[in-house]
Amino acid sequence: MFVIPDRFSYTVAHSVEEAVELLHTLEDSKVLAGGQSLIPFMKLGYASPKSLVDINPIPNLDYLDDSGESLKIGALTRISRLCGSELVAKDYPLIHDAALQIADPLVRNLGTFGGNVCHADMGNDLPAVCLAMNAEMVASGSSGQRVLAAEDFFVDRFTTLLAPDELLTEVRIPKNRRGCGGAYLKLERRVGDYAIVGVAAQLEVDDDGVCRSAGIGLTSASTKPIKASEAESWLVGKSISDEVLDKASTLAMNASNPLSDIRGPAEYKKAMVKVLTHRALNLAYKRARGGLS
Amino acid sequence: MTALIYPADAKVRLELTVNGERRVGEAEPRMLLVHFIREVLGLTGTHVGCDTSNCGACTVVLNGRAVKSCTVFAVQANGGSLLTVEGLARKGRLHPIQEGFWEKHGLQCGYCTPGMMMAAYDLLQKNPDPTEEEIRRAISGNLCRCTGYVKIVEAIQYAAQKLRSDPSWRSGGD
Repeated sequence: MFVIPDRFSYTVAHSVEEAVELLHTLEDSKVLAGGQSLIPFMKLGYASPKSLVDINPIPNLDYLDDSGESLKIGALTRISRLCGSELVAKDYPLIHDAALQIADPLVRNLGTFGGNVCHADMGNDLPAVCLAMNAEMVASGSSGQRVLAAEDFFVDRFTTLLAPDELLTEVRIPKNRRGCGGAYLKLERRVGDYAIVGVAAQLEVDDDGVCRSAGIGLTSASTKPIKASEAESWLVGKSISDEVLDKASTLAMNASNPLSDIRGPAEYKKAMVKVLTHRALNLAYKRARGGLS
Repeated sequence: MTALIYPADAKVRLELTVNGERRVGEAEPRMLLVHFIREVLGLTGTHVGCDTSNCGACTVVLNGRAVKSCTVFAVQANGGSLLTVEGLARKGRLHPIQEGFWEKHGLQCGYCTPGMMMAAYDLLQKNPDPTEEEIRRAISGNLCRCTGYVKIVEAIQYAAQKLRSDPSWRSGGD
């Protein structure tokens, strides 16, 4: 069986401005970045855009820059680069954990950070990471640049706040300071599959083990990537203990509303949100206490 | 606007380096790279397996990275450099990766083998001395339904050792 996408017109953008202009001008256009979600969608007939704007030739959109106030990740940064980055492995273990669990090495060679978040699949791993880390999404459009909070960015299934003629150019992650730690845990049927559920946890604790801030993002726990806000605010000011993490995990579970599908019934997934949240917070806490590694 | 728009039914002329040679061919925008390789370039060593980005049988090295050629449009390879399984051997000598699969019996039906070898090529370019676990992770996007992977891992270990001891394979040739 050949799985051939519907016909589309193809165009190449060499700058962000050109990409935005093309997206603005062309009818029913989609951005082609790594293509590792879009092309399978087109082959299966889930998506049939009339035109594609290939942004791969745009220079200087593939970078990791921690020289300023935040870690800036260019939208075209390949997932494989996150996996191989010492900076990410050492200072941003949550991102590193997640990157290593995205699909497989061949997909990671092309898949991009920007594409993973903009596709906004409830099963994609980086949206939960962005939610847990309170990332900012930088977008360019016909009316200029704007910065969106991750919490507002994920609107619905496969739907973000981006306008059709807007391009995500950068994701900004607050810098991990001393006392910060994070972890991403993913339950999957086999390597390379989407998550049954996944949990991104980020903690900042003081020298006495009291939580200063907490971030929890959930993968495949609803029809869109979600933030477990009640669990987050409940943790702040608490001295981290097993009981505290247990209560936070229950709150995260209560925030979830997973779908029953081939990866399991909703009841099972909810139960797993609790288990994984507890484990991810525990690992994040250990990393926060033991420095950044 | 200066950008060039290729209409949906256009035959786009592609020019790229394939296994060290300049090749040209035509593809409409929706043509997948794997079909371009097999049907336009006539290189049938690259296999179509699942057609759904799962199995890795279609793995090729594009611009230095192993990718699934069923999940790339041919037009995206325009101006690029492509290495397929046909480009591994040099002057009639099997590449150490091919030799490893031969010596260690790293295949049974052979369907996954070209993709396995290209994934192994990518790994050994980046990591000349991988552990067994690193090898297993590197081929985790390539499915084999015959071998149980044990012999494939041994084949890649053989190739790694051979490549380290024979540096002539490390320079040029692709």
